[in-house]
Amino acid sequence: MAASANEVRPTPPTDAGSSAPPPFEPLMQRNAAITEPGWVRWTLTGVAVVFLSLFLLLPLVSVFTEALRNGVGAYLSAIAEPDTLSSIRLTLIAAAIAVPLNLLLGVSAAWAITKFEFRGKSVLISLIDLPFSVSPVVSGLIYVLIFGRQGYLGPWVADHDIKILFAVPGIVLATIFVTFPFIARELIPLMQEQGTESEQAALSLGASGWQTFWHVTLPNIKWGLLYGVLLCNARAMGEFGAVSVVSGHIRGQTNTMPLQIEILYNEYSFSAAFAVASLLAGLALVTLGVKSLLEWRYGDELAASRRH
Amino acid sequence: MTTVSKAGRRKPPRSVIPGFGITLGFTLAYLSLIVLIPLAGVFFKSAGLGWEGIWHVVSSPRVLAALKLSFGAALIAALINAVFGPLVAWVFVRYRFPGKRFFDAVIDLPFALPTAVAGIALTALYSANGWVGQFLEPLGIKVAFTPVGVIVAMTFIGLPFVVRTVQPVLEEAEKELEEAAATLGASRWQTISQVILPTVLPALLTGFALAFARAVGEYGSVIFIAGNLPMVSEIAPLLIIIKLEEFDYAGATAIAATMLVLSFSLLLMINGLQAWARRRHGHGR
Repeated sequence: MAASANEVRPTPPTDAGSSAPPPFEPLMQRNAAITEPGWVRWTLTGVAVVFLSLFLLLPLVSVFTEALRNGVGAYLSAIAEPDTLSSIRLTLIAAAIAVPLNLLLGVSAAWAITKFEFRGKSVLISLIDLPFSVSPVVSGLIYVLIFGRQGYLGPWVADHDIKILFAVPGIVLATIFVTFPFIARELIPLMQEQGTESEQAALSLGASGWQTFWHVTLPNIKWGLLYGVLLCNARAMGEFGAVSVVSGHIRGQTNTMPLQIEILYNEYSFSAAFAVASLLAGLALVTLGVKSLLEWRYGDELAASRRH
Repeated sequence: MTTVSKAGRRKPPRSVIPGFGITLGFTLAYLSLIVLIPLAGVFFKSAGLGWEGIWHVVSSPRVLAALKLSFGAALIAALINAVFGPLVAWVFVRYRFPGKRFFDAVIDLPFALPTAVAGIALTALYSANGWVGQFLEPLGIKVAFTPVGVIVAMTFIGLPFVVRTVQPVLEEAEKELEEAAATLGASRWQTISQVILPTVLPALLTGFALAFARAVGEYGSVIFIAGNLPMVSEIAPLLIIIKLEEFDYAGATAIAATMLVLSFSLLLMINGLQAWARRRHGHGR
């Protein structure tokens, strides 16, 4: 895994300047009135690079070094441990349910919001963003309050022998809540920018609504959509706080990968904890790698969704 | 956040595009079932406690200490990011340097890296024999298992919020304004502080608020490095979990409701700031 992560990392530092906004740069270099002296430029750049390396890069590197501290054999056997394998399986299941549902929501929310005018639109956008400003722990708590033994639906759920808390459905629900806004957030600015002219043209030429979406809208948003799905997936697989509240921490049954990391870490099996962590860190690297690649190849199409 | 602004001004009398009812209906139903109704449950539950009940929980010394730590450390971390975030954004928008594309991707790392992974990595780095900790230890600076560690973790997760909010505004900023300022005899420093800074300020405030809101609720990356000593380095979200494990649902709900109210006030403030920025500078996006 570490090897494949290394393959992703070199988002080519070769063509350094091309990510910068083109109209600015050449002029800036020459026009002394609107740029800083060389020593200021290099000091600022140095501070930024050191800060980023120390705060962001170093933790990432340390995940892989700690994971491989006891050699590749120990690394592999830590991952092949049955409880760890079952945590990987559970994480994959949760993401496989949560991500498609949020994809469906993201696309339909973005369609409704960007192709039509209606009252309360900005309120709706704020509500979609809501899960971002809720603590992950609170996101888990709300489902405990509903489905827990003293919860609103607790007795009903117990009577019907449905297991939600401390079981897979609870974990899926918490994951959906936490990753709810990601795809919508990515698509709304993108589709906003593209307007409705192409769709209107297609419709006036006799395309059905579905054909219009499939052949006109989707090709325009596919890269933004892909990045949204990747980001949503990374968060879904890595969610810790919310899942921790609803999972019940039953070893080999309701532990997702992040929870397995916590358990291993608290048992002082550090290199095993870091081994599991390195898998998730690898996923994060792939996500960022694809993002950089998409921005580099399709920068203009993605410009609108640059910020989120 | 409210990125929808100008484009919707034209008002088509009746859209020819199909699918309004079904997409909006699905969105609202999904939103209500997954987000709104469950969240409302917290407020119903805490309404059952009454003000006195909530106050009784929140005013206990341990809860107060936890809230103070969560909000205090989040504030300091957001301030650190409000200094380094714009600096990083500036360097990326205006300068060329080797490895720029690589570092630009690195900025998003806290978005993509699971919090638990970040938590154990930061702890390993800053503990007494870690890569960074071993240099700080002789100086008498302890980071891991102290409130300082909480600030470090919160700075880590908050940085991209500030950079990614400020960066696009800097990219859009018109350089003609800077040239005009320079022609009128402004020094470079005057131009930066009086022309560029006011343009960036609304975005900076938004990024600051986002980073702050995220840090207040943060759990995964903090609990490993914090040490979780009651009254010293115990954060509010952890206290919610502890209360839940003791089956003290009322206590957990009271803390959660307090945090939710504070976060929602922040959210409203962010939206207010953006509206203000749009009115003032015409590019609130």
